[in-house]
Amino acid sequence: MSLRPDLQIIADNVADGSRILDVGCGDGSLMAELRDQHSVDARGMELDRINVATAMARGLSVIQGDADVDLVEYPDQSFDYAILSQTLQTTRRPDLVLDQLLRIGRRAFVSFPNFAHWNVRWSLMWNGRMPVTRLLPVQWYETPNIHHLTINDFRDFVAARGLTVEGEWFLAGDKRISPSAANFRAEHAVFLLRR
Amino acid sequence: MEFDQRFGLNRHLVLPGPLALDAGLSFAPVEFAYETYGVLNADRSNAILICHALTGDHHVASNHPITGKPGWWTRLVGEGLPIDPARHFIICINVLGSCLGSSGPASTDPATGKPYGMSFPVITIADMVRAQALLLDHLGISSLQAVIGGSMGGMQVLNWTILFPERVRSAVAIATTARHSAQNIAFHEVGRQAIMADPKWRGGEYYGDNDPPAAGLAVARMAAHITYLSEAGLTEKFGRKLQSREAKSFGFDADFQIESYLRHQGISFTDRFDANSYLYITRAMDYYDLAEPFDGVLAKAFAKARNTRFCVISFDTDWLYPTAESRHIVHALNAAGAPVSFVELSSPFGHDAFLLDVPEQNRIIDGFIRAGEQRA
Repeated sequence: MSLRPDLQIIADNVADGSRILDVGCGDGSLMAELRDQHSVDARGMELDRINVATAMARGLSVIQGDADVDLVEYPDQSFDYAILSQTLQTTRRPDLVLDQLLRIGRRAFVSFPNFAHWNVRWSLMWNGRMPVTRLLPVQWYETPNIHHLTINDFRDFVAARGLTVEGEWFLAGDKRISPSAANFRAEHAVFLLRR
Repeated sequence: MEFDQRFGLNRHLVLPGPLALDAGLSFAPVEFAYETYGVLNADRSNAILICHALTGDHHVASNHPITGKPGWWTRLVGEGLPIDPARHFIICINVLGSCLGSSGPASTDPATGKPYGMSFPVITIADMVRAQALLLDHLGISSLQAVIGGSMGGMQVLNWTILFPERVRSAVAIATTARHSAQNIAFHEVGRQAIMADPKWRGGEYYGDNDPPAAGLAVARMAAHITYLSEAGLTEKFGRKLQSREAKSFGFDADFQIESYLRHQGISFTDRFDANSYLYITRAMDYYDLAEPFDGVLAKAFAKARNTRFCVISFDTDWLYPTAESRHIVHALNAAGAPVSFVELSSPFGHDAFLLDVPEQNRIIDGFIRAGEQRA
């Protein structure tokens, strides 16, 4: 089974045998891969109960919870990595969630769709409407993405918080692309951060 | 393994004890009614303890001797099911204080030759667990692959991981709580007062003439039974439908189906349960507060349980032990660093859902149990 490309990047860059918390873990695909291929001690959090049940039935340790509410319950620095994949833009307070991630984990992987991708810009400029694209497939009124952001927004945030970027990866059409003009060319970004 | 008298259905055993109780007393001898299913494997690693709820018993997957009904958890326990006698050695023990064969107020006090009645010591959930441990020692089972239970059974499960963390590899706690709330205690007190207000209760000494406080016990059961169901479930099943009549009687018969149903639940309960046991076990549940001995900090209670895997399940319509109580447990386990899974399942059945047909529950427990087997 092949992982979603952003998850594959994370899986390839997590140290074997480490402890991770996957926030918004979905059905546990990444956790299962990390557990089975990288001997990782993986824990997960997921809002959707069907996804939680599926992950639990795979034998994964997943709790049904809300990143905006339940991360405060985890002790400081209790994981090597906290992972937030395609979830940041769905949280009520992405800034506070990121603070929590780096409190709980020594490092954090964060992946998100880039709202400054040329296709999005084109859609807004040409049609004057909120874009419905491959990575943002839902109409404005029913999208779970309530805090759209761009790669440049994220870089500014990381700089303002004084965080260190240990790794960055960019995707377009599910393929890795170079960092040059990423804010324009990348559909999707993955960052590895630490305090 | 050759045939061992200790194993099988309808086992009964008296151990010399003594059992040190939370009340500060020492209790002996200790009587046990229990059942086992399946075969203990060579390295004794496949034992699963099932803990029953308030009015439950050890007939988890065998017919009840009084009612003739199938075991109370045959949806989960049996051939091809998540807890499977073909793979597991399954133990279910009637709790201390009950009336189905383990020591309780209806048992004979060897010192007097008469039933204990109210001279039976007040017990706690932890005492029930210590009693179970005593029996497991006798059965030669030092380590449990899993302990599993719902409601009061879940309380025992959690208490197992605190009292004997080294003996429990996986714990499944369903529709349960880390402490009895004021509302929980209040409902139990209504039940106890109903029993004690029945003139036939007579200070608990009613065993001699076979005339127990059935009316009081039935009312206690009726009140409690409401807490096991959900409003939506009651509305769907009964609504305001009338019982075998076309119009309201303008009297106090059971006009409504829900009244008739509750009366039936109350009366049939008295055939299989002892009123004094009901007093003692509800008391044990009211005294239950896992955090109390740990300065009120639940995470501290689980500090030694970090090598145990936990699976916590709640139901969205359970208002007896609502999801918030399970979350409280999960947060404490996270803080303690224990591996924990948690899900709130959707069911119209209220608290009783854990005993009923919720396919997701089986799927989750199966995955959880099997993952533990791979790790072992």
